Amino acid sequence: MNRVDTEILVIGGGIVGCSTALHVALRDVPVVLLEKRQVGATASGVNFGGVRRNGRAVEELDLAERAIAIWQHLPELVGNNCEYSVTGHLKVARNDEDMEAMAVHAEAQATHGLKVEMISRNALKARYPWFGEGAYGAAWCNTDGQANPRLLGPSFARAARTAGADIREYEPVVALEKDGDGFIVCSENGLEVRARQVVNAAGAWGGRVSAWLGEEVELWPMMPQMMVSEPVPYFMQPALGVVGGDVYVRQIPRGNLIFGGRSGTADLDEGFGHAIAEESLCTLQRSAKVIPCMANINIIRLWSGVEGCTTDHLPVLGPSATTPGVLHAFGFSGHGFCLGPGVGAAMTELLLDGETSTEIAAFDIKRFQL
Amino acid sequence: MSGDQKILIIGAGPAGTRAAELLVARGLKPVVVDEAPANGGQIYRRQPAGFQRPAKLRYGFEAAKAQALHQSFDNLRDRVDYRPDTGVWSIEKNVAFTFGPDGVGRIPFTALLLCTGGVDRVLPIPGWTLPGAYTLGGSQIALKAQGCAIGRRTAFIGSGPLLYLVAYQYAHAGAKVAAVLDTAGFADALPVLPFLLAGGKTFLKGLWYQNWIRLNGLHLRRGVRPVAIEGDVRVSGLRYRTASGGERRVDCDAVAFGWGVKPECQLAELAGCKMRFDEMARQWLPESDAEGRSSVAGVYLAGDGAGVMGADAAEYRGELAALALVADIGKSVNNSRRETLKSRLRRLQRFRVALERALPYPEGWVASLPDDTIVCRCEGVTAGDIRQSQSLEPEEINRAKAFTRVGMGRCQGRMCGIAAAEILAHEKGAPLAEVGRLRGQAPVKPLHVGIAGKAARDDPERAASI
Repeated sequence: MNRVDTEILVIGGGIVGCSTALHVALRDVPVVLLEKRQVGATASGVNFGGVRRNGRAVEELDLAERAIAIWQHLPELVGNNCEYSVTGHLKVARNDEDMEAMAVHAEAQATHGLKVEMISRNALKARYPWFGEGAYGAAWCNTDGQANPRLLGPSFARAARTAGADIREYEPVVALEKDGDGFIVCSENGLEVRARQVVNAAGAWGGRVSAWLGEEVELWPMMPQMMVSEPVPYFMQPALGVVGGDVYVRQIPRGNLIFGGRSGTADLDEGFGHAIAEESLCTLQRSAKVIPCMANINIIRLWSGVEGCTTDHLPVLGPSATTPGVLHAFGFSGHGFCLGPGVGAAMTELLLDGETSTEIAAFDIKRFQL
Repeated sequence: MSGDQKILIIGAGPAGTRAAELLVARGLKPVVVDEAPANGGQIYRRQPAGFQRPAKLRYGFEAAKAQALHQSFDNLRDRVDYRPDTGVWSIEKNVAFTFGPDGVGRIPFTALLLCTGGVDRVLPIPGWTLPGAYTLGGSQIALKAQGCAIGRRTAFIGSGPLLYLVAYQYAHAGAKVAAVLDTAGFADALPVLPFLLAGGKTFLKGLWYQNWIRLNGLHLRRGVRPVAIEGDVRVSGLRYRTASGGERRVDCDAVAFGWGVKPECQLAELAGCKMRFDEMARQWLPESDAEGRSSVAGVYLAGDGAGVMGADAAEYRGELAALALVADIGKSVNNSRRETLKSRLRRLQRFRVALERALPYPEGWVASLPDDTIVCRCEGVTAGDIRQSQSLEPEEINRAKAFTRVGMGRCQGRMCGIAAAEILAHEKGAPLAEVGRLRGQAPVKPLHVGIAGKAARDDPERAASI
């Protein structure tokens, strides 16, 4: 049996886990990360690629601000910018009720220091003539952006390794046990890691880990389904999402439109998300209603991935309620790509300093326990 | 029981035609879906309506076979549900999603025969994306289907049966052949000569084409290595290295190049078929038993799409897979016919093995490929990009795809996937099998948003719950 001793053990090599490993390693503390497959491969690697605060729950804004500060310095931190660019983000209303709800939300966000501009239907059409009749107006956040998900996780993993983290792929964790004043974590392949503290960054599988500690969290898999078009002339600078998640679209400077809506399918034990052809047809139809010129392009690929969703759509973040020494960071409910880099920084403070300057009280696992 | 059978054949080439013929003879009425406007597949592609070039000119020695196959299919027309101009873009469980003249459709099936054929194995060389550079197969189809040559002065380079055949067909049709450059040498063929001779007529035809090319004074060289296809806005020349190492240049305005054929197996993958690495072909093939049963019950594979063996084998494999299907749904079959077909296939397989040895993969191609050569033309990814992706430690080709976009474009890696895997394996110093293959993803061919969206079966309530 293979045995490793370390200070910090991270379960899960998505962006949350890799960012945690990097920030811990940068403080010269020994850290081991175990990933069941490849780093940055599931939700972290196949999501839409939005880096936004627009429309985000106010509870997440402080964490998002911290994350975006890291996004702005990716080249210094991980060696490349992961195609991050500040393009702005439009939250698009389908009707007057959407507009009213967004205006209320924008006021709440303003009290947290976020500036969101409400754009009327006519102003929206004037600014972006490519919108169709389906768009009733929008909330606009010019400091939001987008990035390439395929690069983020692996770039953080590489930087973490360079900083001294021990990152192991294809090591599915099957057991977590208390051992003296630390823990023993075992992988399916017989690897045994002893660590003083453990971070549960297991994404859609995070509920399985918390259950080992007697902390049941209702977590269901969500499988956002996306597609990409052939490259067409660049016309859409902002990323956009229609209220309700019907359709979300962005275009990269190369010309490809990346868009989604609806849901694929997945088997958590198998670990992959699969696109559903029938569902993709609905997204195609709805996209062309919002942006009519999209009716004239071809799509070239469908995909889906697995993410863990909580009942209140907020992550589980912070100390375990039953087991001191374990931190949870999972269940990001589709918000983890933007937040991930900041979560790693905040988790590292919790691990090494016992407290973090970032506001995370709303994400306490205790909220799910009676 | 068989009355409930919904059998779908994808592809109306040699394999699909013979499969359909057998099923019809057993009282079944399969749906036959084919991307092309007319049956015959690539090898026996029919010319558009109104075209008058005689079969002998289009198919050469194979004219009788081509005509027999076309006739067989024409005889079936009332007894199969034939859907030309129709592609399949996804297969999920027991439904094939199609696009065709009526937009996107769904074909449920209880059994599926995949006769998807093959496509040129592209090994990029500098300049291969210039206008005027075609694959050998593409240049042959231009001639076969529409009587067009790809240029006024065409140079041919590569290896495999198509090289001499297409050069001969071009010269015979009156097109100017600038050079025929074989990257295989005599030395490759000598050790396997007895097996090649066992190929009988097929081998002799190959010799005949070579001889014709020589007798007609065409520029023929063996054992060469490509250097670059040259040109500014289109092809103006081809540089190559001779067997003795000297560099030469041929003036030409078109180049046809190719190193054999690879199976089209994306649909087999989407249908869930297990894939295996074939060392000899240096390719991933769908697993199948000797009669064409895939690893998925009810899914059968035949023709070059199940591993390249050529057109004659495709006819046998189509019939054999259909016999297996008929047997599997509980009907009696003619077992001696099955044995005859299997024995013929074994003989063709021995010839195939010898041919692969005589026409080896061009050694040194990967190492000599300059960094700035485009490998993935859809996404503009170069050999250097794939090599540099090493910094993120891609352990296999899908990871390199994620980092570099190789294989992410319109063709979904159908053209560049093999070359990209060769480059990655070479860079890592790993066996080719270890870097894997680009996973097949829907849509197999580009899908039009406006047309496909019309077929949506939208349920507003379900969407609202997401």
